[in-house]
Formats: sequence, C-alpha cells, structure tokens
Amino acid sequence: MVDVRRPSSGDALLDVRNLRTYFRTDDGVVGAVDGVSFTVEPGKTLGIVGESGCGKSVTNLTIMGLNPKTAVVSGEALFRGEDLIKASPKRLREVRGGEIAMIFQDPMTSLNPVHSIGTQLVEAVVLHRDVSHSQARARALEVLNEVGIPQAARRLDDYPHQFSGGMRQRVMIAMALINNPSVLIADEPTTALDVTTQAQIVRLMEALQKEYGTAIIMITHDLGVVAEIADDVVVMYAGRVVEYAQVDNLFESPRHPYTWGLLGSLPRLGAAAERLVQIPGQPPSLLFPPKGCRFHPRCAYAFGRCRVEDPRLMPSGASADHLQACFLDEETKASEAAKTLSAALA
Amino acid sequence: MYRYIARRLLWAAVMFLAVTVITYIIFFVIPADPAVLAAGRSARPADVVRVRHYLGLDHSVPYQYGLFLKRLVVDQSLGRSFVNRRQVNTMIGEAAPVTASLVIGGAILWMLLAVPIGILSALRPRSLLDRTAMVFVLIGISMPVVWIGLVLQYSIGFKAGLLPNAGYCDMINPPQGADCGGPADWFRHMILPWTTFAILFTAIYVRMIRSNVMDTLGEDYVRTARAKGAPEPRVMSNHVMRNAMLPVVTMLGMDIAIALGGAIFTEYIFGLPGLGRLAVQSLQNFDLPTIMGIVVFSTLCIIVLNLFVDILYAFIDPRIRLE
Repeated sequence: MVDVRRPSSGDALLDVRNLRTYFRTDDGVVGAVDGVSFTVEPGKTLGIVGESGCGKSVTNLTIMGLNPKTAVVSGEALFRGEDLIKASPKRLREVRGGEIAMIFQDPMTSLNPVHSIGTQLVEAVVLHRDVSHSQARARALEVLNEVGIPQAARRLDDYPHQFSGGMRQRVMIAMALINNPSVLIADEPTTALDVTTQAQIVRLMEALQKEYGTAIIMITHDLGVVAEIADDVVVMYAGRVVEYAQVDNLFESPRHPYTWGLLGSLPRLGAAAERLVQIPGQPPSLLFPPKGCRFHPRCAYAFGRCRVEDPRLMPSGASADHLQACFLDEETKASEAAKTLSAALA
Repeated sequence: MYRYIARRLLWAAVMFLAVTVITYIIFFVIPADPAVLAAGRSARPADVVRVRHYLGLDHSVPYQYGLFLKRLVVDQSLGRSFVNRRQVNTMIGEAAPVTASLVIGGAILWMLLAVPIGILSALRPRSLLDRTAMVFVLIGISMPVVWIGLVLQYSIGFKAGLLPNAGYCDMINPPQGADCGGPADWFRHMILPWTTFAILFTAIYVRMIRSNVMDTLGEDYVRTARAKGAPEPRVMSNHVMRNAMLPVVTMLGMDIAIALGGAIFTEYIFGLPGLGRLAVQSLQNFDLPTIMGIVVFSTLCIIVLNLFVDILYAFIDPRIRLE
C-alpha cells in the first residue's frame, strides 16, 4: 500500500516514504511506525503531533538510525535524495549532528553530567570538522552567545548541573546548531520546561531558523507550539499518519475525528467546564492493533466500514493538499469540524 | 576542600574511638580470662594473679583502655602480645604486606576480568557470552571461598603439581632460613590465593559493571552523544564508562579497605601469614593487644581509603562538591 502523497511545492530536503519500524519483543512484533510518509522542505517547519506512544519519536529516531537493535525498518528516508535507511553506519554518523541534528525532550538528562558543556560542544564540532581545539572552542562560544546564554565565555567550563532547565535546553540547541545543520529534529523540546521558558525556546528556534534557514521537524503533543511554529502538520495515531496538511488548513478545517479530539481537549482559560475534555479510551496496543481504522474503538463517529476496512491517507474533498484517513463523508466532516472549532474558540 | 578533609578526619577520629571501645567491651564481656590462658596450663592460682598483674589486666577496663589510647597516641605503640610478648607493631608490620599482596593482587585480577566481561555482557545482553558470563557469575557467587580454595589446592596444587599448595614467599627480603624468596617465587605462591580470593569478587563486579553499563547506555545523554555523530567506541569511553564506573569506584574502595584488615578464609587455607590468620590466632588466644592492633590497622585502612575514594569521586563527578 502506497500512500497518496501531497503535491510538494519545491524540492524536498527530507522525503520520508512509507517508513515502517517494527520492534521484536518477547510478546510479539510491535509496529511502532507503520507506513509513515512526509516531506520536509528547506527552511520550513513540519510539526508532528500525537499522543505519547503514537510513534512520532520513533519515526525520527529511525530517520537518524538511532533505534535499538531490535528494530526492523523498511521504507525510505531520502535526505537530499540519499536514502538514510540504507546508509552505512559511517555515513549516518556524518549526517547525525552534521547535516541533521537533534534536540530532545528532557534537557535535565540529555547532557552528560561529568563533562563541562564546553567539552560537549567542542566534541560536537571536532566530530564533524577538521579544526583545532581552540577553533572548536571559539565556535562553541559563538553558538552559546547565539542561543542567549548570559556570560557565555565564563559559563563554557561549567557543568550541566550548574544550569537551569531552560538554559540547558539552550545549550542543547547550541550543540545541535553548532555545525549549521540543514535539518533540526526537535523531539518535544519544550515538554519538560515551564510555560514561560517554553515560549522563549520556541521563539529562539524560530529566530535561529530565520537566520540560518534550518528546516525543523517539531515533534510535540502541544498544538499551541504547532500553531505557532509549524508550516505543515502531520497528525499521528498508533503508528500511522491520520492527517497531514498545512498548518492553517489543519486548524481551520480539521478533517479527522482524532484531530477534532486533540483540538477539543485543549484546555481553555475561562471555560466553564469543570473537567478537561478528553478523547475517551486509551491508545491501542501496537502489539494487537484494532482491525479496520485504528482509531475506531475511540471514535464517536465510527460506523460499519471503519471496523473492517483500513482507511488510507487520501486528499480531502476540500483540498488536494490536505490529506486525511477517514471514511466519513465530506459534509459530516465539515460540520463536525466547524462544531469542534466553535467549541474550541468559545 | 580543606574544611571538608578536616571534617572527615574529625569524623574518622570519632569512628576510631567507637570501634576500639566496642572491641574492648566485647573482649571483656566474653567470660574467659586471658591471664589464665597466658599463664599456661599448669599455672598455680598465684601465678595467674602474677600474670594478670604483669599484663595489666588487674586494672579496671576504662583504665586499660585509657592506657591503650595513651600508648597509641604518645608512643605510636600497640603494646606487646599477651602470648609471645612480641611488639604488636612488628607483628602487624610483618603480616600487613602479606595481606596487601593478596588483596591488591586479587583486586587487580578481579578488575581485569570483571571490567571487560561486564562491559561485553552489557553491550550484548542475552547473547551467548552474556548468558555464559551470568551462569559463571551465579556459580562464583554461590561457591564458598573455603571450598574454592580447597578445590584449587587439591586439583592444581596437589594432583597436577603445577603450583605450590600453600605458604608465602617474601618478594623483597626473605627472612633467613626461608626456603624461597624473590618476586618469581612470591608470584607463584600467590596465584592460587589470588584466584581463590578474586572469584567471588569477580562475580559480584561482573554483575555490577554489567548492570551499571546497561543503565548508563539507556541514559539520554548517551543518545545525545550518538545524535552528535560520535562513533560507538567514543560513546563508550567518553560518555558511558565514566558514569558507569562511579559506583564501581566506591565499591572497590570499600572492598579493598575491608579485605586489607584480613582475608581470613583465603589466608587460612593457603597458610599465608597475613592479618586474617593473625586475627584468628589472636582471637583463639584472647591476645587483646594483637586483636586491638588488627582492629586499629583495619579501621585506619577503611578510613584512609574512604577518604581517598571521596576525594577521587569529586574529581570524576563534578556534581559532587567537597565543601
């Protein structure tokens, strides 16, 4: 089964095609990523949203070749036309931290506690460039200044535990950007931070993107972050893409019941509701995914077809650029989307 | 830093007093009269009284303890043995190198085995190597040291005749009349004791290093290192090992310190005249000064090595500040 692809506006920098990542476990095979396709264009930001365990992190670890050894991978991840899935370990090491860099969810644990941040930044440089230690150190200082670490020169020899969470995430961003990568994969970079720091980090990433034209893959479950920073959005559920659209289209006319659920469950200031709205039920076990549409057990709109047939990602009636995987008819989708949005904005 | 060391030394002094007081109390609570033992089997009651006075055992326990402390602090002397009247300092000076040979050699052996096996097991969990290693770990932990010693002695020493059964050879200056001496003889005589002594620790350390390395491999900063493009050997040496070895350093310091006070079983089986054998002998003879001497020595070993490990730790792990 090959998914319908979105017509892309230009040359894709990263073109992920029908990516599958399976993990062999003692209990059976877990299809963590099950046929995911998307493209990332230079200088643009792709948001990947979904609940914990939907495969959004595994997708990106697969692209980087950082999965555990138990992973079985198929599909393609074309980076400037070169398939990273088939790339040699040596080539992958060149790409990692060089052309594609990553930042992670928890800045408190993502830096090595026994090395100074200067050492860790210098390491990132010398792994990819043939420069002297002092040149690497100068570059480290430069990026630390760019990410807004106060008194960077003095702090270069400090250890991670001497930095706050927000500052550590800035260090992580500095480390990721130190070799001017063309793609930055940010795996929930704001989740572990408090709200004001989150905003600062998002703003910093936007500013750096503008300056260097870095493409960003922003993995998050925070639709607010997506609305702020993304150009395109992939919504993932249980290892699959259920909706894939431009950010404005997604927020103006969401076409999948799961996306409605995500939008509906955003907490709102001043709302009279005593409880937060939630999507009923739990994400399915990827060991034994439900037959038919994987979302049907939790979907209020499910009908007979959803229980037997697996919906493919298709252009929605509204736009060829807006892909969704749902059997509902277009009128129902339009009216339900409108209801969700009016409730979300109320 | 200096304040930290000063505070640690103060604590060490308190610990030292506590340990020696408790040893004294235990010694005098035991319902046996060291004077009777020292006086010999055919001694008359009057002789026993004389011996008791001669050994200073007719004073009160606190007075004797005070005298012990005074001698230790003022003369740096541990007194004379109740049994053979030799200087305890000399006896410990003779026994300590033997125990040190055994313990340090054994520690080198077990670390040489445990570090590579532990790391390889952690890198390939559930592999054939890992499973084999874990079986040997289980066996190593379950086998009593005494039994291992006797089996090695019987099979390699006696049946095969490959190595000496027992006994100790001085490495540097053998005493007059000794039938062996020098580094080569010393080494040959130590192989079986080292092996016996190291098996249990090898097993424990393999398991500890394996689990530490496995835990560390799952750390986020290891993923960060890989995401930077670091090759696997560099990830291991630069990011995994230093973190994984932190708890191992502590354990190693403690294990060596405790064993320096006497590796009783191994020394006894192989007839090594070390502190462990001396401790057993002096306990059997109710030889208080020698017992106290060994207690003092091993307490010092523990205190010094503990301090050393703490300071080392601060160098390895910047999160620990000595203040």
